[in-house]
Amino acid sequence: MRPQRKHTYVTFSQMQKIGGFLFTLPFVVGFILFFAYPFIQAIILSFNELVLTSETFELQWRGLYNYGYALQVHPEFSRVFTEVLVKLATELPLILGFSFFAATILNQNFRGRALVRMLFFLPVILGSGVVMKLEINDYSQIMLDAVRQSSSVFQGPALQAMFESARLPDGMVEYIVSAIESLPAVIRASGVQILIFLAGLQSIPREIYEAADVEGATPWEQFWLITFPMLTPLILTNTVYTIVDSFTAMNNELVILIRETMLRGAGYGVSMAMAMLYFAAITLILIIVFAALSRRVFYHV
Amino acid sequence: MSIAMRERLKKTFYSLLRTVLLIGICYVILLPIIHRLSTALMSIEDLYDQSVRWIPRNPTLRNFRLVWEHMDYVRSLGRTFFLSAFTSALNLAACAMVGYGLARFRFPGSGIIFGLAIFTLVVPPQLIMVPMYLNFRFFNLLGLLREPINLIGTYWPFALMSGTATGFRCGLYIFIMRQFFRGMPKALEEAAYIDGAGLFTTFIRVMLPGAVPGLLVTFLFSFVWQWNDYLYVTQFMPGQSFLPQALEGAANKVARAIDEADALASTSGFLDDHFYSLINNAGMLLVIVPLLILYLFLQRYFVESIERTGIVG
Repeated sequence: MRPQRKHTYVTFSQMQKIGGFLFTLPFVVGFILFFAYPFIQAIILSFNELVLTSETFELQWRGLYNYGYALQVHPEFSRVFTEVLVKLATELPLILGFSFFAATILNQNFRGRALVRMLFFLPVILGSGVVMKLEINDYSQIMLDAVRQSSSVFQGPALQAMFESARLPDGMVEYIVSAIESLPAVIRASGVQILIFLAGLQSIPREIYEAADVEGATPWEQFWLITFPMLTPLILTNTVYTIVDSFTAMNNELVILIRETMLRGAGYGVSMAMAMLYFAAITLILIIVFAALSRRVFYHV
Repeated sequence: MSIAMRERLKKTFYSLLRTVLLIGICYVILLPIIHRLSTALMSIEDLYDQSVRWIPRNPTLRNFRLVWEHMDYVRSLGRTFFLSAFTSALNLAACAMVGYGLARFRFPGSGIIFGLAIFTLVVPPQLIMVPMYLNFRFFNLLGLLREPINLIGTYWPFALMSGTATGFRCGLYIFIMRQFFRGMPKALEEAAYIDGAGLFTTFIRVMLPGAVPGLLVTFLFSFVWQWNDYLYVTQFMPGQSFLPQALEGAANKVARAIDEADALASTSGFLDDHFYSLINNAGMLLVIVPLLILYLFLQRYFVESIERTGIVG
């Protein structure tokens, strides 16, 4: 019996705990210092006005004034806020649908597949940051959009007339028209989502399809009974990604408005209150989406 | 018509349809780049001329020359390249570590930590930008340092955030690395432990070499997003010439330089939106081109390794 030897051993579960803490330590420290702390400050800031001097900064308590100002006094906030949410609601299903469709096609074998794949992911590389920001006000870009709208049968008033003559309900016509008009934007916003769906398609075991073939399932049945259920977790992932991505994009009108307000508008406090309201709205949407989708998601075990 | 023939016809029709669709989509994707190139090559007269749409009548490299000079291109490029490479390397090291910790160790709170990592992705950086700025402007480690230090204008904010896996979109990288490590066989580590390797030796010598595809994806995403980033770089490095700032200021600088050069000549109508557009388009191309070249070389790994990482889970 040598009880003191016991201390030199580390059991497996102890090692698991120590290792886990050690490896995740950088993130925990970083999270507290560079995320949680500024986040709490942002909440406090939204109830204050910030006065910045070269030496230090001061907070002046304003209570709910900033929120009231943003919602009721600010001339544009409420309008832009609803517009951005409506735009997100229109584009979300389109982006999901398109990226699903594109991934299915890119998963097939055809000549030039490598080239096409490369082109599809090009927007991931190019579409962000300063380029997006400059594009909004770029004269030649605006001209291009104008030309495209006026010269094509499939856009603008001509299209509207076409659908109206088909006696579809008004709301539907409007949705279809706006959907077609935002198609270029949708295609360009789908890069990462296509990648995620593609990765999912590749991870479905071949044997399942082989078994289905043997049992005599048609490709249509195979799609709805195998491919689609297997990809439902990724539909959830992509929904979240799309919402977050559009939320933080540099060409998001509300993001621009918040920035403008901060730099030369009603000040830091109001812009923080705006950002908080926007954040709350998006969080609410994410929770609803999660609650609605996660019960329908199929997890392959 | 025999069944075989009908099948073949169906197949041909389908692949034709697919080709048309793909060409259409690729056209939509490429259109802005082609349009940008054609605009950047135009002289100002071409942009005024309504009959000139795609092919410039008087092609010129003047826009590129002007913007190259006034962006201080070579220097800005060097700095942006350094910043991107440096933050990506730190992101990679930190996120691989955290991802591994979350993938392979069972310890109380691991679920919460993973949830927090995802939470950092959902909170937009714009929301915490101002407090973040104040945090680094008067940096005192939550009150631990007596005299606050001003870290704005240095590389420290980037180093600190990336090194602790809380930089731009780090939550996503943690997620990717976690999924990747989860997919690797456990037997590898068990063998290493039995042979007497410690935790970190196992991680560095056994697990990392097997995770190269996942590391590559993380590095590429991180590099590209840092390169294109506008928000962080303008907040933490105000007034310094990285590519985004250089690009934003270029058109104004060019305009001013021209104004000064021919103060007597009538310049009205010359330095308008049209002119800015030419300069901006040339500038945007200059910002994008290095990434395009990088992508051309690495795209094979990019697409393939994402497929293999199974971001899926």
